[in-house]
Amino acid sequence: MIMDQSEHKTGHFGPFGGQYVPETLMPALEELEQAFNYCWADTHFRNEFDKYLRDYVGRPSPLYYAERLTRHCGGARIYLKREDLNHTGAHKINNTLGQALLAKYMNKPRVIAETGAGMHGVATATVAARLGLECDVYMGREDIHRQAPNVRRMEYLGANVLPVDTGSGTLKDALNEALRDWVGSVQRTSYVLGTVAGPHPYPLMVRAFQRVIGDETYEQIARHENDLPAAIIACVGGGSNASGIFQAFQQESQVKLIGVEAGGSGLETGKHAASIGGGRLGVLHGSKSYVLQDDYGQIKPTHSASAGLDYPGVGPEHAYLHEMQKAEYTVVNDQEAVDNFDLLCRLEGIIPALESAHAVAEAVRRAPRMRPDEYLIVNLSGRGDKDMSAVDEFRNAQKKEDANSE
Amino acid sequence: MNRIDETFSRKSRTNSKTLVMFLPAGDPDLATSAELIKNIADAGADIIEVGVPFSDPTADGPTIQAASQRALRAGTTLPRIFEMIREVRKEISTPLILFGYYNVFFNYGLEAFARDARQAGVDGLLVVDLPPEEADEVYPALEEHDLHLIPLLAPTTSSERRHKVLRKAGGFIYYVSVTGVTGVRAAVPSDLAEHLKQIKSETALPTVAGFGVSTPDMAREVVQYADGVVVGSALVKTIAEAESREAGLNSARQFVRSLAEAVSPG
Repeated sequence: MIMDQSEHKTGHFGPFGGQYVPETLMPALEELEQAFNYCWADTHFRNEFDKYLRDYVGRPSPLYYAERLTRHCGGARIYLKREDLNHTGAHKINNTLGQALLAKYMNKPRVIAETGAGMHGVATATVAARLGLECDVYMGREDIHRQAPNVRRMEYLGANVLPVDTGSGTLKDALNEALRDWVGSVQRTSYVLGTVAGPHPYPLMVRAFQRVIGDETYEQIARHENDLPAAIIACVGGGSNASGIFQAFQQESQVKLIGVEAGGSGLETGKHAASIGGGRLGVLHGSKSYVLQDDYGQIKPTHSASAGLDYPGVGPEHAYLHEMQKAEYTVVNDQEAVDNFDLLCRLEGIIPALESAHAVAEAVRRAPRMRPDEYLIVNLSGRGDKDMSAVDEFRNAQKKEDANSE
Repeated sequence: MNRIDETFSRKSRTNSKTLVMFLPAGDPDLATSAELIKNIADAGADIIEVGVPFSDPTADGPTIQAASQRALRAGTTLPRIFEMIREVRKEISTPLILFGYYNVFFNYGLEAFARDARQAGVDGLLVVDLPPEEADEVYPALEEHDLHLIPLLAPTTSSERRHKVLRKAGGFIYYVSVTGVTGVRAAVPSDLAEHLKQIKSETALPTVAGFGVSTPDMAREVVQYADGVVVGSALVKTIAEAESREAGLNSARQFVRSLAEAVSPG
């Protein structure tokens, strides 16, 4: 834990975090915080949560030594924490399960969610089906197009997918629309937010539900290695999978924590989604953090081939870890992510989510510069079946560009 | 004395009600906004909320969202809004309140913001996404420049929270009459009277109610219980549906006049 009790109370991480929401939602956040604090300390709730994680999600997820990838890179050994093997194919379900159980506890018959890549939407629809909750998922029109298979999955699971046409039709616009829904439906609806962003208590609560990733990893290491890893690498959009795996290692000063943001077409082009790498302090979606904005405080459109990282903000704790230099944040652009998507497919027989391919890319950059007795752990946050058409599209656009420039 | 306080003390002396109009700045452009503000003031608006557009207005319904988008496309920025207000201020004495989302004000720099707002002739600030829990960092600058931060209360606000909000309140209380986003609604909520009665028993500050009020009849009903009423989306719609700028100004005047008449007969 990097915060003292007083910071916990108001949900601030140094200058970041807070609750910047309309008054209508403040009581709902209070109710949620109380419910979470009660349930998280309650043995029955924890047992139920753990049981679902084990028997329904399929935890623990393996810590896997990527031997061929390691040989390809030369240098440090690379392990993958296989969150892609969870039910629904990503780490997202750890959190949706926790939040849906809370909704049940609070007697809310309906949950809503925003989704970018669709993984959080699918994970919400899944647990809503299992727990008998109504479920509406907001998704940007652009993302519905990019992630068609996930839209079908949500529909099969009984959720309504509500297209969002406002703004750029991506994750941030879906979040806006989910918040608007919640402002009007708060008495009977719980908002299942997908990442460690948003107003308090979401960053703390989502982190708590995701910390199982790091706790498991810490235990699993002993079966493979005698020492701690040199680094833990995870992709960061809002930052929930990174937050989940970082926590268990935050006290270990010899373990470097590395978050990888989406560089899109490259930071220098302005077409990216790297809020820490290219943003400024601001307030978006209920918390203060680094935000991609113009000179006048208007939120900028973002660009990333991976819909799940295509977001102009980042969780407040990541902003804090960056500020305190307790974690390092780097950027991988679309091209490098797609190249490493390929690499993992071919060398390990694992199709990673494009989001996770950003983290793989960072490991592939670093490993050759490190000693063979060191090792890295990549949080492979999700599987990439959903991304095949996005990768095709990226390649086609690239071919066109190449043809034009010839 | 702050113009907002002056207005309410005059209203209370004459035992009359206050009409607050909301207008998004820069929709379709700032020159038109300036004309609209003058016309609306002239037609009987007692206080005008000038909407500062934000790219991600999460508490607004489709009407104000669309207006914000039009304003941003027209290049509306906070410095330009200050310029517009400075010009308008030469001709009207109606209190003006900036209404918007925190990031735009925060990004300007809080001290510079308060100074420039006051110099332009702004009297208060209403920030949709700044509950009292987060407002501590803005008070010093606002107080120094005699700007009120108008607090919001909602139907979902508990009595415990209400005390917290009221303790820091200045100017007046804005009661958000519906559990939902801004936008035209068909009727005044049935629990309005009860909520307002409760609030008025706990504060000496005037209380106005808004969100969803769209017709003179609804406004008349609201001021039976409140010291004033806010109308926003319905005005935006009226203007947006007009066929020309002139027609828009005319229908805005007529609409505001009919509201003023309903709110303060005679």
